[in-house]
Amino acid sequence: MLSFLLRRLVVALGVAVAVSALSFALIFLTGDPAIAIAGSGGSAGDAEAIRLAYGFDRPIVVQYADWIGSALTGDFGQSIYFNIPVSEIIGNRIPVTLTLGMLAFLAALAIALPLGVAAAMRPNGFIDRFALVLAVSGQAVPSFWLGLMAIVVFGVWYGLVPISGTETWQGYILPVLVLAYSAIPELMRITRSGMIEVLNTDYIRSAQAKGLPTGRVILVHALRNAVLPLISLSAVQLGILLSGSIVIESVFAVNGLGRLAWESLLRSDLPVVQAIILILSLFYVVLTTAADLLNAWLDPRLRGGAA
Amino acid sequence: MTAPLLDIDDLHVTIPTDRGDLHALRGAGLRLESGKTLCLVGESGCGKSLTAMSLMGLLPRKARQSAGRFALMGTDYAGKAPKAWANLRGRDMAMIFQDPNQSLNPTMTVGVQMTEALRHFEKLSKAQAEDRAIAMLDRVGIADPRSRLGQYPHQFSGGQRQRLMIASALIGRPKLLIADEPTTALDVTIQAQILQVIAELQDELGLGLLLITHDLGVAAAIADDVAVMYAGRVIETGPVAQLFAVPAHPYTQGLMVAIPVPGRTRPGTPLPAISGRVPGLIGGVTGCAFRDRCALAGDGCASDPLPRHAFASGGFVECTRPSLSETRP
Repeated sequence: MLSFLLRRLVVALGVAVAVSALSFALIFLTGDPAIAIAGSGGSAGDAEAIRLAYGFDRPIVVQYADWIGSALTGDFGQSIYFNIPVSEIIGNRIPVTLTLGMLAFLAALAIALPLGVAAAMRPNGFIDRFALVLAVSGQAVPSFWLGLMAIVVFGVWYGLVPISGTETWQGYILPVLVLAYSAIPELMRITRSGMIEVLNTDYIRSAQAKGLPTGRVILVHALRNAVLPLISLSAVQLGILLSGSIVIESVFAVNGLGRLAWESLLRSDLPVVQAIILILSLFYVVLTTAADLLNAWLDPRLRGGAA
Repeated sequence: MTAPLLDIDDLHVTIPTDRGDLHALRGAGLRLESGKTLCLVGESGCGKSLTAMSLMGLLPRKARQSAGRFALMGTDYAGKAPKAWANLRGRDMAMIFQDPNQSLNPTMTVGVQMTEALRHFEKLSKAQAEDRAIAMLDRVGIADPRSRLGQYPHQFSGGQRQRLMIASALIGRPKLLIADEPTTALDVTIQAQILQVIAELQDELGLGLLLITHDLGVAAAIADDVAVMYAGRVIETGPVAQLFAVPAHPYTQGLMVAIPVPGRTRPGTPLPAISGRVPGLIGGVTGCAFRDRCALAGDGCASDPLPRHAFASGGFVECTRPSLSETRP
């Protein structure tokens, strides 16, 4: 297990380096950053001055080394638009998006997992049909529409929750639920299909033949195997939720990473965009690595190496 | 006289399908004494495994079951709540399956899988249960059992996995062991070893063994009694020596001559096969299910119920014109 852990971490580190280099290079692929900063009114001389001031004239490898070195210490440079440190801007946004994303993920899992298991226990039964309806509507109903409807009904008509912002914890309720709703279908369906497959295996029949209580057969013997694909999918889903949904954050006026990324792109605020891309891709690296480790912990066959 | 360990009579199992009800077991019956071995033989699809599943209370959810008698150790559970029978599972009866490679949970250690039922039923501590597991693993021929408890099934060979299954089934000291083709998925060299282990443990524990097999050689080697199943019914049964020496049912005779015998079967000559196919059981069958394939079939074969001829040496044959020319007591 230890050698597997080390191997997996080395791979993750490699991916992180590659991802950071790519996210850095992307900025230069979209055009000359100096001209972008100078803006439409800037002259060729302005652009040249900016190029020197920001060090864009140096070889790209040197610029990358300089940027990644600072980034490792938490320094992502100055925002061109706000003229304050990028880390300060992002530092304010990350907690909001992380809270929203984590809560939405936990809410989605809390509904998808038991519902998927229950649906698998009696395929085509009542619960399975209900879950299917929920899944189809979850995928078919656009979240901006659902968000607006939720605001109208619970915020405006009944006044139960604030209609926008996250200044109070109540402000998180609607965005969390709407975001969770979009994540439920996939999580539930993979739980259901994994569980149906596992429940038909010989080893589940063996567990039943031993006379074990149904609860233990389902929750220990079956679920342990059925959650393996769910964990892999969860890493991706959680990554999506933590990246901040531009739609949800806009509808609920939540100041998270999604909106910041969108606005910074419009403002050509390159240091902010670079930093967000780097941070989000690192989220994915961490999540997929964690999912792989969790799967290896659950399924010894995945550990490979010395059998 | 004490009651037999297992006494099943008139067992019916019906499985609804899209094309109608599949009458898979049509009044099957079995009797097994403690410490004895009953081999249930028959071709694929005749209901052998379904009988085992019914005995273990593990039929598919949509299957319907009824029985005239469904008794273990003298207690008849026919007509009682299925729950009462299910409670015997893992304590009074245990089962091992055909494919040991698929029958162990790949994500749980061997130790946990062997001890969980003990800890559940007998409320043993982890250490007590592990001691029992180690003794049992040692008994079935797994070397260095203590260190292997922490390992996972994929770290064992196919033959070892079936030994694990046997150890796991017998650790709760059941009275009845049902083995459904326990050696079919194994190498021939391993098969004999596994049967040997089962036979030894049977003697030690006084187990009743219901062995399901399509291998008549296996049946001849270890059975006390044989029951021949065809299309969801036991059509002939009796002590192994008598049944093999003088098979009375035309189907049993067909099975016997289909076995190649070294020295007697000439190489190159086709083995005599039973022509025709097993009738479909959807909608049910009346009379003898074998009559369409039977060279001796006549008018009486469609009658229901069929006449049953009991032998003085035990067992019976269900046939209108059984071959009784040679004397079978």
